[in-house]
Amino acid sequence: MLERDNTIANPSVPLQNRRSFLGVLLGVGSVFVGALLSVPLVRFALFPLLRRTTEVKNSPVGELSGFASLTEPVMRTIQIEQVDGWRKAVSEKAVYVTKDSKGQLQVLTSICPHLGCTVPWNKERNQFVCPCHGATFSPDGTRVSGPSLRGMDTLETSIENGQLRVRFQYFRQLVSDKEVIG
Amino acid sequence: MHSTHGNESPAPAPSHEGLWGWINHRTGLDDLLRNTLDEPIPGGARFAYIFGSGLLFIFISQVITGVFLALYYVPSADHAHTTVAYITKAVTAGSFLRSLHAYGASAMVVVLLLHLSQTYFFGSYKGRRELLWLSGCALFGLVLAMAFTGYLLPWDQRAYFATAVGTNAVSEVPWIGESIKRLMRGGTEMGTLTISRFFVAHVFLIPACIFALVASHIFLFRKAGAAGPIDEDPHHPKQRPEPFYPRQVLMDLSLTALLIIGLGSLCFLVPVQLGPPANPADAQYIPRPEWYYLPIFQWLKYWHGSAAIVGVLVIPTVLALAVLALPFLDRGVERRPWKRPAAMGAYAFVVFSLVGLGLRSQYVDRHDSGVAQQLAKQRAEEEAYSRKPFLPELSAASLAAANVTLADPLAAKGKTVFEGQSCNACHGDGGVGTAAAPPLVGIAKKFSPEQLADLFRHPTAKMNAGGMPPVDLPPDDLNALIAYVESLK
Repeated sequence: MLERDNTIANPSVPLQNRRSFLGVLLGVGSVFVGALLSVPLVRFALFPLLRRTTEVKNSPVGELSGFASLTEPVMRTIQIEQVDGWRKAVSEKAVYVTKDSKGQLQVLTSICPHLGCTVPWNKERNQFVCPCHGATFSPDGTRVSGPSLRGMDTLETSIENGQLRVRFQYFRQLVSDKEVIG
Repeated sequence: MHSTHGNESPAPAPSHEGLWGWINHRTGLDDLLRNTLDEPIPGGARFAYIFGSGLLFIFISQVITGVFLALYYVPSADHAHTTVAYITKAVTAGSFLRSLHAYGASAMVVVLLLHLSQTYFFGSYKGRRELLWLSGCALFGLVLAMAFTGYLLPWDQRAYFATAVGTNAVSEVPWIGESIKRLMRGGTEMGTLTISRFFVAHVFLIPACIFALVASHIFLFRKAGAAGPIDEDPHHPKQRPEPFYPRQVLMDLSLTALLIIGLGSLCFLVPVQLGPPANPADAQYIPRPEWYYLPIFQWLKYWHGSAAIVGVLVIPTVLALAVLALPFLDRGVERRPWKRPAAMGAYAFVVFSLVGLGLRSQYVDRHDSGVAQQLAKQRAEEEAYSRKPFLPELSAASLAAANVTLADPLAAKGKTVFEGQSCNACHGDGGVGTAAAPPLVGIAKKFSPEQLADLFRHPTAKMNAGGMPPVDLPPDDLNALIAYVESLK
C-alpha cells in the first residue's frame, strides 16, 4: 500500500528516504526542544555551584567612634551568621578590639594559637594571659612568652557606615605561621 | 560482524553498518523502532487519538521535575516549608520548576479526562479491551492519589488544611475509616510522620505502580490494536490502516508542543504561590481543595450522621464498580455515540453532576460573605508571603544558644564567665562536650550547686588527670558560673 502511494506521489524519491528525512527533522527538532527545556533544569541543579550557598557573613563589632580613645584591648562578643543552603547557624565568638604597633585599630580573635583556649585580658599584668598553658601576649597580640608558636591572630576588618565589621575565621593551632582553616 | 549477519537471519541485511549496525544487531533496536512507528491505525491518523501520548509526556515531565525538586526538598514538618520556600524564592529557576510540577498535576487531570472521554465516546473499550480499560481506570486512581499526596508536601496553610479535611473524610468510612485515617496520618493528628508517609507514597510507591501500569497499558493497547474510528468493528478492523508514523506522530507532537508552550508560559507568567507555613492552631482557616477535588468536597457536605455511609461509601463504590465493569457490561459492537443512548446518558449525568457540584461549591463560597471574606484574606496572605524574600531557617544549635541567653541574669553572666575562662575550649559551646572533656549538659541532675562549687575548687584526681584546672574565681563569678552550668539542659 505504501509502495503504491510512493509511485503515485514521486517515483524518483523512494518513500524510505522521505520518511528518513522527516525522521531526521523530528529528531533534530526534539533534541532542540529538549535542550531548551533542560536549561531551567540545569540552572536549578547547578545553583549551589554558581551562587555561594555556604558562606560566613562579616559581623558587626560596634561603632567606630566607640573605639577612638582605646587605651587597652576591649572584648566584644560578635554574632557569626553562617548560611548553609536553606538554613543558617548563629554562634557567638569573643574578639578583642585593640591597636597594633603603629596605633591602627585591629581585631584579634580570642582563640589561643597554642591549643585553642579563650585568652582573657589581664589588666594588672597589661597582657593577654592564657589560663590553660600560660602563653602570654602583649596588648597588640604579639607573643611574649609561653608555649604558643606565634602571636594572637588578627581578623580581617572592614568599615561600613561608620561601623567596624569583622570576618571571623579559625586558624591552625600549634604552628608558627597563621594559616586559615575555614 | 556484518558478514556473519546473513547466516543467522533470513531477513534482508540491515542498511546500517559500523557501530550503529553492531548495536542494532545486538539489541534489535531498529526492529523495535519500526514496530513502534508502524503500528497500524485503522481508518488513519486523527487528532482524537492524541491524548494518550500527551499523558505520557506530562508524566515524564512530572518525573523529571519531581526528581529535580527533591534536590532541595526535605520531607519533615520542621523543614518542608522552608525548603519549598528556598526552592521558590532562592534557587535559580526554582519557582518555574515548582510551578511546572504543580500545574503539570492539573494538566494531567485535564488530559486524563479528555483521554477517558475520547475512549468513552468512541467506544474504544469494546472488543477484547477489558484489561486495557481496567489498567486505565487504575492509572486514573493513581494519578488522583499522586495529586492528593503531592498537595501536602509544601506544608503551607493551604496544603495542611486541605489534607486535614481530606484525611478526615476518610474516617467517615464505617468500621475501618478511623484506622485508615490514622494509618495515612501516622497517628491521630497531622504531623511530621504524615509528611513522611505522603512523601514515600508520592515519590516511591505510587510512581512505581504508575510505571508498571503505564507499561502494561501500552502493552495491552498494542496487543488489542488501535480501535480506530466510531464506525469500525472493534473486533476485526476492516478500514484501511495507516502507520502511526509519520502523521499520527506529528499530530501527537502538536499536543506536546501545545502543552510545552501552554504550561511554559503559565509557569512563567503566573507562578504557583506558596502560603505561610502550616499553623495547626489557626482556627480561622477555611480549607479548600484543588479544583478537581471540589465536586467530591461538595458532595461530602450533604452526607452526615447515619446517612453518611450511603454518600461516602455506597454510592462512590457503586459508581466505581460500574465504571470498572463497563467493558464487561457493554459488550455490543456498536460504537457510534448516537446509537448508545444509555452509555451517553450515563456519561452526561456523571459529568453534569460533577460540574454542577463543583460550581455549587464555588457559588456557596461566593455567596457566604463571611467565607468569601476569609478566603480572600487567605489569598492575600499567600500573595504577601510569596512576595517576601527568603529567610533561612535558624539551625537547632543556634536556637539552643539563643535560649540560654534568655535564662535568668545570673546564668547569663555565668555564660560570659564560662567563655572568658575558656571552659568552652574543652567542654564546648553551651557545655555540649568535646573530645577533650565530657558534656556538662544535664549536670544539675547529678550535682547540687554546693557539690559543683566544691568540685570546681577541688577537682577530683580523675578530673585533674583529664586537664581540668581548679577554678579560682571571686565568689560572685563562681556563683554565676554554677548557675549557668546548672541551667544547661
